[in-house]
Amino acid sequence: MATRVPERLAEAPPGKPMGSRRRAVRRHLVHQLDVKGSPYAYVAPFFLLFSAFGLFPLVYTAWVSLHEWTLLADEQPFVGLENFRTLLADDYFWNATFNTLSIGVLSTVPQLLLAIWLAHLLNRPLRAQTFFRVTLLLPNVTSVVAVVVIFSQLFGRDFGMINWMLSWFGVGAVPWNEGVATSHVAISIMIMWRWTGYNALIFLAAMQAVPRELYEAATIDGASEFTQLRRITIPMIKPTIVFVVITSTIGAMQVLAEPLLFGVYTLTGGVDRQYQTLALFIYENFVKLDLGYASAISWMMFVFIVVIAGINYLITRRSRGGLV
Amino acid sequence: MTGTTADRTRVRPARRGAPGASRRLIYLTLTAVAFFSAVPLYYSVVVASRDNAALAEVPPPLVPGGNFFANVARVFDTVPFGLALGNSVLVSGSIALSVMFFSTLAGFAFAKLRFRGRNILLLLTVATMMVPAQLGIIPLYMIMVKLEWTGTMYALIVPAMVSAFGVFFMTQYLSRALPTELLEAGRVDGCSTWGLFWHVVIPVARPAAAVLGMLTFMSAWNDYFWPLVVLTPENPTVQVALSTLAAGYVNDYVLGLTGTALGTLPLVIVFALLGKQIIGGIMQGAVKG
Repeated sequence: MATRVPERLAEAPPGKPMGSRRRAVRRHLVHQLDVKGSPYAYVAPFFLLFSAFGLFPLVYTAWVSLHEWTLLADEQPFVGLENFRTLLADDYFWNATFNTLSIGVLSTVPQLLLAIWLAHLLNRPLRAQTFFRVTLLLPNVTSVVAVVVIFSQLFGRDFGMINWMLSWFGVGAVPWNEGVATSHVAISIMIMWRWTGYNALIFLAAMQAVPRELYEAATIDGASEFTQLRRITIPMIKPTIVFVVITSTIGAMQVLAEPLLFGVYTLTGGVDRQYQTLALFIYENFVKLDLGYASAISWMMFVFIVVIAGINYLITRRSRGGLV
Repeated sequence: MTGTTADRTRVRPARRGAPGASRRLIYLTLTAVAFFSAVPLYYSVVVASRDNAALAEVPPPLVPGGNFFANVARVFDTVPFGLALGNSVLVSGSIALSVMFFSTLAGFAFAKLRFRGRNILLLLTVATMMVPAQLGIIPLYMIMVKLEWTGTMYALIVPAMVSAFGVFFMTQYLSRALPTELLEAGRVDGCSTWGLFWHVVIPVARPAAAVLGMLTFMSAWNDYFWPLVVLTPENPTVQVALSTLAAGYVNDYVLGLTGTALGTLPLVIVFALLGKQIIGGIMQGAVKG
C-alpha cells in the first residue's frame, strides 16, 4: 500500500494545486508511516538481540538436553529423555535443589522486608539523605567475587572477625562452611548484604512517585505512620513490589559465585556438597564437559523458577496492602 | 516477620508527638545501616594493607597498615590486572550506554505510543526476565565459538546490549513521568516521533536513565559467571582476575583482598562521582512527577 500510492500520484500532471495536494498526501503518508511504524522500530532492537542471544540459546538448551552431548565425542547421539530420567534419580540434584531453596528463602524474605522498611525511612526529608543513599548502595557496588572473598575471611573459623565477636558471648569457634545450616546462613548473609540496599533504592524510587497529598490527607485523618506505610505506600508501589519479588526469586534460584568461592574454591559446594546450588551443579557438569546433562539440569532449574516466581507473583498480587 | 514489630515501635512515635526522639531513632538506624554497609569494605582495605601474619593476631587488626603498595605489586605480578581493568571499563561502559539508549527508546514506545500488539510485547518483555541468564550459557558458548568471539570482549558486550529489566524500568518511569500533553503539544507543532523522542522524551527520561546506566554499569562490572566461562585467564575482566586470585591462592587472604580492594575501588569512585547526581535526579523526577 505505502509504496503503490505515491507511484500513482506521481503520474498525475504536475499542476500547482495538484502538487501541493501531492505534498500534503505524501506528508500524510510519511506521518502515517511514522506513527504506525516507529513504535515497532523502537522495540525491535531489544527483541532482535534478545532472540539471538536469549531465546535461541534457551530453545537450543532443550535440544542439547535430549542428546548425550559431550565436547569430547564427535557424535552426539539422541537419547530422548534419558538425561532427565537420570537427573530425577540423582541425589546430588535433589541436594542442590534443597540447598537452593533453603538459601533462597533465608536470603530473600528478610531482605525484602528490610528493604521496604529502609526505603520507608529514607522517604522523607532528612539531613544527609545523599550520604545514606550512597552508603545503602555501596554493597551492591562490590562485586560478588569480592563479597565472597571478604566474607570468607570474616566467616573464617580461626581468624575470622565474626567468630572473634561471637567469642565475647562465649560461643566457640564456629566452622561456618562445614555445616549445612551454618553455611546456608553465611551465604544468605552475603546475598542480603549485597542486595538489600539495591532493592531499597528501587522501592524508594517508586515511593517518591506516590502523590504527597495522599499522605497529607491521611495525616489529617490521624493515620499513624505505620498505617500510612501499610495502607498508602505499599498498595501504591505494588507493581514495584511484585517486580522486585520476582527478580529476587529469579536471582536467588541462580546463586553461583557464593557457593563456588566460599571458603575453598570447590565445584561441589563444600566437601559434602552441603552448599552446592543448582547453578553450581550445572557448572560442575559443564566443566566435566557433560553438556547434555548440564542442559537437562538447566531446564529443570527453569521449570522451578517459573513455578516459584509464579507462586510468588500470585501471593504478592493478591495480598491487598497487607504485605507487612 | 520480625520487621513488623520493629516498624511499629520505631515509626509510630512520629505521630505520637515525639518527633525529635523518633527522628533520632531514624538517624541512628540509618547510620547503623551505613556502618554495616561500609565495614566489610573497610576491613578489606585493612587486610590489604597488612601481611598474612597480622591476620592471625587476636584481636584482629582494625586499622590499615603500611603494606598496601607491596601487596598491589604482588597482585600485578600474579595476574594481568591492568589489562583486566581496561577490559572491564570498556565492557561495562559500552553495555551501560547501549542499555540506556535502547531501553529509553523501547520504554518510550511501550509507555506512550499506541501500536497493535503493545501489551503482548510488553508482557513478553517482562516474561523474558524470567529466563535465567545461566540457562542459555551452554548454547551461548557454542555460538561464541562459532563467531570466534571466545576470549574477546565482543562475547561480553554484544549479548548484553539490551536488557529486559531496562526496558521495563524505563517503561514504568516514562508512563508516570512523561506527560501525554507534552507529547501531544509536540505533535501539534509538527514533531515526528523521532523528534519527540529526541527533544521531549530524553530530557524527561534523563534521571531514570542515569540510574539505569549506573545499575547496568555496576552489574556489568560485577558480572562473573559468563566472563568466567567465555574468557581466558590471560585476557580477563576484573572479576575473572579476582577469581583466579581467590581460587589459586586460597590461604593468601592478603593477596585476595588486595585484588578485591583494587577491583572495587574504581567502581566506588565512579559511584561517588555520579551517585549524588543520580540520586538528585531521582528526587527531582519525583517532585515533578
